[in-house]
Amino acid sequence: MATAAGAHGAHDHHDHKPGFVARWLFSTNHKDIGTLYIIFSLFAAIIGIGLSFLMRLELQQPGMQIFADGQMWNAYVSAHGLIMVFFVIMPALIGGFGNWFVPIMVGAPDMAFPRLNNISFWLLVPAFLLLGGSLFVGGGAGAGWTIYPPLSDAEYQSGPAMDMALFALHLAGASSILGAANFITTIFNMRAPGMTLHKMPLFVWAMLVTAFLLLLAVPVLGGAITMLITDRNFGTAFFDPAGGGDPVLFQHLFWFFGHPEVYIMILPAFGIVSHVISTFSKKPVFGYLGMAYAMVAIGVVGFVVWAHHMYTSGMDVDTRAYFMAATMVIAVPTGVKIFSWIATMWGGSMRFDTPMLFAIGFIFLFTVGGVTGVVLANAGITQILHNTYYVVAHFHYVLSLGAVFGIYCGIYYWIGKMSGRQYPEKLGKIHFWMTFVGVNLTFFPMHFLGNQGMPRRYPDYPDAMWGWNLIASLGSYIAIASFLFFFYVMWVTLRRGEQAAANPWGEGATTLEWQVSSPPPFHTFDELPRIR
Amino acid sequence: MASNPEGATPYKHPYHLVDPSPWPLFSAFAGGLLVTGIILKAHYGMLWPLLAGFGAVLLCMFMWWRDVLKESRTPGLHTPVVRLGLRYGMILFIASEVMFFVAFFWAYFHFALYPEHVSGAARAIWPPQGIKTFDPFHLPFLNTMILLLSGCTVTWAHHALIEGNRRDLIRGLALTVLLGMLFTGLQVWEYMVAPFPFNGGGVYPSTFFLATGFHGFHVIVGTIFLAVMLFRAMAGHFTAERHFGFEAAAWYWHFVDVVWLFLFVSIYWWGAGEIAPH
Repeated sequence: MATAAGAHGAHDHHDHKPGFVARWLFSTNHKDIGTLYIIFSLFAAIIGIGLSFLMRLELQQPGMQIFADGQMWNAYVSAHGLIMVFFVIMPALIGGFGNWFVPIMVGAPDMAFPRLNNISFWLLVPAFLLLGGSLFVGGGAGAGWTIYPPLSDAEYQSGPAMDMALFALHLAGASSILGAANFITTIFNMRAPGMTLHKMPLFVWAMLVTAFLLLLAVPVLGGAITMLITDRNFGTAFFDPAGGGDPVLFQHLFWFFGHPEVYIMILPAFGIVSHVISTFSKKPVFGYLGMAYAMVAIGVVGFVVWAHHMYTSGMDVDTRAYFMAATMVIAVPTGVKIFSWIATMWGGSMRFDTPMLFAIGFIFLFTVGGVTGVVLANAGITQILHNTYYVVAHFHYVLSLGAVFGIYCGIYYWIGKMSGRQYPEKLGKIHFWMTFVGVNLTFFPMHFLGNQGMPRRYPDYPDAMWGWNLIASLGSYIAIASFLFFFYVMWVTLRRGEQAAANPWGEGATTLEWQVSSPPPFHTFDELPRIR
Repeated sequence: MASNPEGATPYKHPYHLVDPSPWPLFSAFAGGLLVTGIILKAHYGMLWPLLAGFGAVLLCMFMWWRDVLKESRTPGLHTPVVRLGLRYGMILFIASEVMFFVAFFWAYFHFALYPEHVSGAARAIWPPQGIKTFDPFHLPFLNTMILLLSGCTVTWAHHALIEGNRRDLIRGLALTVLLGMLFTGLQVWEYMVAPFPFNGGGVYPSTFFLATGFHGFHVIVGTIFLAVMLFRAMAGHFTAERHFGFEAAAWYWHFVDVVWLFLFVSIYWWGAGEIAPH
């Protein structure tokens, strides 16, 4: 505003903070907005994980226990998926850690467009209200997170609930696109003197690639759901065979967004894990440039593999052969990353603090999910495994275990920096082991269930599949208990945690955030740091 | 211009730390009201939430950009590096818009290149049997010429601006805005005489109306953008060195222009079938 120059006059104290409303509702500060994102994500996680708790209760034994019918089940499954993707993982990794640490790591006082940053956050709130509200309107929006027509058409989801979910995606998508433009501009335009692209921390590289994926993929989802909305409400026939339309077109458009989306969720976790592995091995990351360009390669190739989600949609065999080959190419840069993390640890002076445990857990679990991904990349095998629990196991290993471990890893690594208080090490380790045991018990048996032919998105199953389902449910209760325990750990940290030093990790932590106080001053850098 | 000096930046770095602002919060909830209004209109016929949401969005946009304009005219805030950031932002925004249109072109070519994708068609042909299309060299070609001419007039305005010729800047901009409005008017007319209905007309009208409709919406946005620049030019906001708002509007206008060329060539011309009588 016009008074901006005066408000930051020469007598302004460096760490001056605005009042409560201006600071938290009208914020233009990257760290405060990052904090809002993390709090929002944890709140959404309570809902999203609560839904999965109900789902595992239902699947604990054969027969219908707590769900009235398949539509209600589908509505809960869809809400769980959409909430976890758009309102838990993305806000935590991109909005939360990205906002907090990208400007600090490149040596900038804030993001390029602080107001856009704030609208990116606040758009999530009406979006979440619409999506959450859709559960209580009519029969809910029960078309899966992939919202495929014809199931998402007006004929099968006739009420306003489906439209609420679709417009929630529109708002969340607008939030992502604006955030992406903000990150790219910040990284390209606001690096401190000496911070060349090839000196940028890997987390910043990860956020740069993620932002490009968001910028180019999300608008295509926006177009697809716009067509779905007009099909449902205004008489078009893009996906409606009765008017000449083709439901497979929606699958193409959705997965052209959806496949980059899975890298959008995992790349920031790659970045966090790289920092943590390096810090706790007291070694620079092995093959820094290879690590950076592996992420670029994953991002680029990630745009040309989408139809491996559609092997059973009737595509001709040549198309399937191409998408199979292209998909397997992604295993190469991913392998570069896995091996470079291991090589970073190799011969390092390692410390197994909680963030390191989550980072190593991430590598293990992501590798499991990665190799089942190579299995599923085969168009032939997928004829059998498509839409079975094998797929559910695969994507939960890379997301629920991979990306979520990335979030936990980042929180333990940076909580001292963000809050000024260090977490209690013993409780953190208990949390890690509870989570690790819980999620593996939940999701590993799903591979077996998938091989037995148990299909996704059904609230019931034959008695023969009871055993592994029971174990998966019991595992999920441990995982959910560990999530509640995590809140206790955070409460202890914020109430009684030790005062965090500027750099609690020692010589292994070399990025700029460890050069400033914990928590950092309101605008971090009064004068720009110089990078040698 | 005297009112727009570089001035000294108030910080020890060249970046602009923006004051807290209510508009992002209000805009987000105005957007939420707008989309809720669309749902309420579609399912329950309630119009007022949609109108209220639309009005609230417009009001927030006005207030937000008013602040940006004030800042741009406050010495020391929009430093050269901040202005470079604005350029990045505009280019990235246009890139995302391009990808939005990719979705609609994808839908069109999914059916036009592979007519066998059209469900239930007796013959796999494009346009589908029974669809009569516009004569591409009647109204659509006139519209192409109008948009190309408007691209020239906005460039004329830009050159005039760089040479400090304010009279021609205003003339060029005013002409561009008029041409944009003329295009929109002709497009409305074309829709009114369309030989196929939007609602329930099947896959051809669906692809045609959504692709050209979203383009038309972008023309309206671009026209308003240029009109604001016209008012700013008349108020003397621009100098030969500093006029990024104008450039952003011109970039946006060229983007809209290029989208039209693709629409004209692929949908109106290459995709023409049996021509409907004028």
